[in-house]
Amino acid sequence: MAAINRDIIHKLQEQILSLQGFKPEMDGPALDFGIAEIATTFPSQVFPLAAIHEFISTSLENAAASGGFISALLATLMQKGGLCLWISAQRKIFPPSLVTFGLSPERIIFIDLSVEREVLWATEEALKCESLAAVVTELDEISFAQSRRLQLVIEKSRVTSFIIRKNEDKLSSTLAAARWKISALPSEPIDGMPGLGFPRWNVELLKVKNGLPGKWTIEYSAGTFKVLYDNLIETVEIRKAI
Amino acid sequence: MQKRYMSIWFSTLLTDWIRIKRPALKALPLVFSDKSGNRMVITATSKEAALLGIHLGMPLADARAIIPDLEVIENQGHRMEKLLCAIGEWCIRYTPLVAVEEDQGLILDISGCAHLWGGEREYLREIVNRLRGLGYQVRAAIADTMGTAWAVSRYGKISPIIKSGETLNALLQLPPMALRLSPVASQKLIKLGLKTVGSFINMPRSVLRRRIGEENMERIELVFGQKDELFSPIVIPELYSERLASMEPIRTRPGIEIAIEKLLTGLCKKLEKDGMGLRSALLQSYRIDGEVIKTEIGTNSATAHISHLMKLFSLKIDQIEPKMGIELFKMDAPKVEPVDPHQAALWKTEKGAADQKVTELLDRLAGKVGAQAIHRYLPQAHHWPERSIKKVDSLLETLSLPWRTDRLRPVQLLKVPEPVKVSAPIPDYPPMLFRYQGITHQVKKADGPERIEREWWLEEGEHRDYYQLEDAEGKRYWLFRSGHYSSEKTSGWFIHGFFA
Repeated sequence: MAAINRDIIHKLQEQILSLQGFKPEMDGPALDFGIAEIATTFPSQVFPLAAIHEFISTSLENAAASGGFISALLATLMQKGGLCLWISAQRKIFPPSLVTFGLSPERIIFIDLSVEREVLWATEEALKCESLAAVVTELDEISFAQSRRLQLVIEKSRVTSFIIRKNEDKLSSTLAAARWKISALPSEPIDGMPGLGFPRWNVELLKVKNGLPGKWTIEYSAGTFKVLYDNLIETVEIRKAI
Repeated sequence: MQKRYMSIWFSTLLTDWIRIKRPALKALPLVFSDKSGNRMVITATSKEAALLGIHLGMPLADARAIIPDLEVIENQGHRMEKLLCAIGEWCIRYTPLVAVEEDQGLILDISGCAHLWGGEREYLREIVNRLRGLGYQVRAAIADTMGTAWAVSRYGKISPIIKSGETLNALLQLPPMALRLSPVASQKLIKLGLKTVGSFINMPRSVLRRRIGEENMERIELVFGQKDELFSPIVIPELYSERLASMEPIRTRPGIEIAIEKLLTGLCKKLEKDGMGLRSALLQSYRIDGEVIKTEIGTNSATAHISHLMKLFSLKIDQIEPKMGIELFKMDAPKVEPVDPHQAALWKTEKGAADQKVTELLDRLAGKVGAQAIHRYLPQAHHWPERSIKKVDSLLETLSLPWRTDRLRPVQLLKVPEPVKVSAPIPDYPPMLFRYQGITHQVKKADGPERIEREWWLEEGEHRDYYQLEDAEGKRYWLFRSGHYSSEKTSGWFIHGFFA
């Protein structure tokens, strides 16, 4: 009986998801971002593409960490080719550094706007273009209604949107599929050698639509993520019990 | 039909031009100079300077010795040609055939044109008055051959209009130079006492040829019309332009849209036929009240796609205010480029189509926020961090050298390095702690130094010793010390970037 119930619930969940704009990718196998541990918290255990991902980054240090993490995700997203737009009003991203995360900086087109309010317009226009792999936007604030506009555009074009929110004070709820916060953690020396180790981050999923938030320690080395520690054991247990 | 030519001579073209542009220079002795060999040589003088004894070809230093406060404009090498061409294009309103002539002049083929202005005298007066009104010193003459018109405009003293068949009479009193002989030949004739054309023109040809050479004989034949002179007119490239007059004044948005679409269809058809695409288009809407509204769009790559251009215009239709109504639309393509056929073929593939969509998106963005906001970067062979990348305009440009991966670079880079307070234990050691924006960071781990030398062939300054630092919280920074450590002065430390 319990098994049948679980089946029904599962089917209903999927129906609700598709009504909310979450559609699993039909063409080909899902992209492997190398973060299977994190992916389990998302609905149907897949990292949601064609959705909005929000990153909270208030300081330049956090922006660097988020930039690295997003670049690593973009590198996977852009495996099949395609271009990516990076829209911001005061950009500090240094393109050559993105090579470290497996990304080809020449395939990113930077839109550097002088006025903050043009950022959202440009983002919406960019998301309409289905031949882009992804659109990264740095902005101060976005309202719920504005995020819904973007979500509607995305549902048509199926482009993934990464939004970096630079102002924590103006944080409002949005239609984002996930809200991330990436912060730097002390690196471990490589083989006991002095100096800095590989970049290591504290990856926090603060909000996941239809999923469970969590917190991981991740190291990025040689083009792959390595989940070193997660505090998700309890939440996974809860999941299994359902 | 008898050919008639008009020659216009600008005696002080360059100086007139600069005075029109900068009226403050009026009445000052003024010269243009250009480099010739190793010295600066006068290439044009104003009347005032000429009166004081400055002539063409004089070294600038000599001229300065004569007039200490001489106004000098340097390095305008091709200005003369450009100006003549521009004035020549302006003259096309008087005759379709205009050519640039040797020695600062224009030659107009006016056969069958002058009567439209009521005769040659009125025609000549009209042109000369218009040019003088603009501020140019001009003399003009009309004659049967180009050579005669040239001679009379420069040396003529009686009448600027030489009636048909009176060429010889008109030239008799002029000096030999008027026949465009080489300076050496004309000097020789003057030395021989042959000071007017009349004194030698009736000599037997063989005698004259022995004195002045075959080349100069030919020139004389040209002047007297015994040979036809080559006329190479200025050609104005045909503009891509479309007009649409409306029966009733147009006042609504759909009306304007239809008009734009019609104009684009015509324009793109023409462009496609020539294998061209437009980079910019200008729409002029002539309103009933006499106002002309200009709307301009630009594209990132040459295109003749009607729907794409229509989208670009639709972003700007709001700026067209019809008020009482628009009676005439005019669409020009001031900037066209050949569409790369190879590129067009690429578009047919799936990837190419994607690229085209991206270009169209970029055009839309550029239309609203300006093309200067769109950047794409490629590596550049410089090790100085700020110069290690270059901006490129086109999507098609590919990597000419690979991205460097051997050195770690920060994800966030400050445009200008900011000074920080630092305490370092011993010279050339990474700092123990540093203070940035009021927060003290304890350095736990460090890598470096990576010395980056100033590119001395581009700029002067100190080298930088870069350190990668990690503080207690695990945040990673890129700091550098400017120059060598020295005990006398405290060396400057700067923060330049943030690592992921």
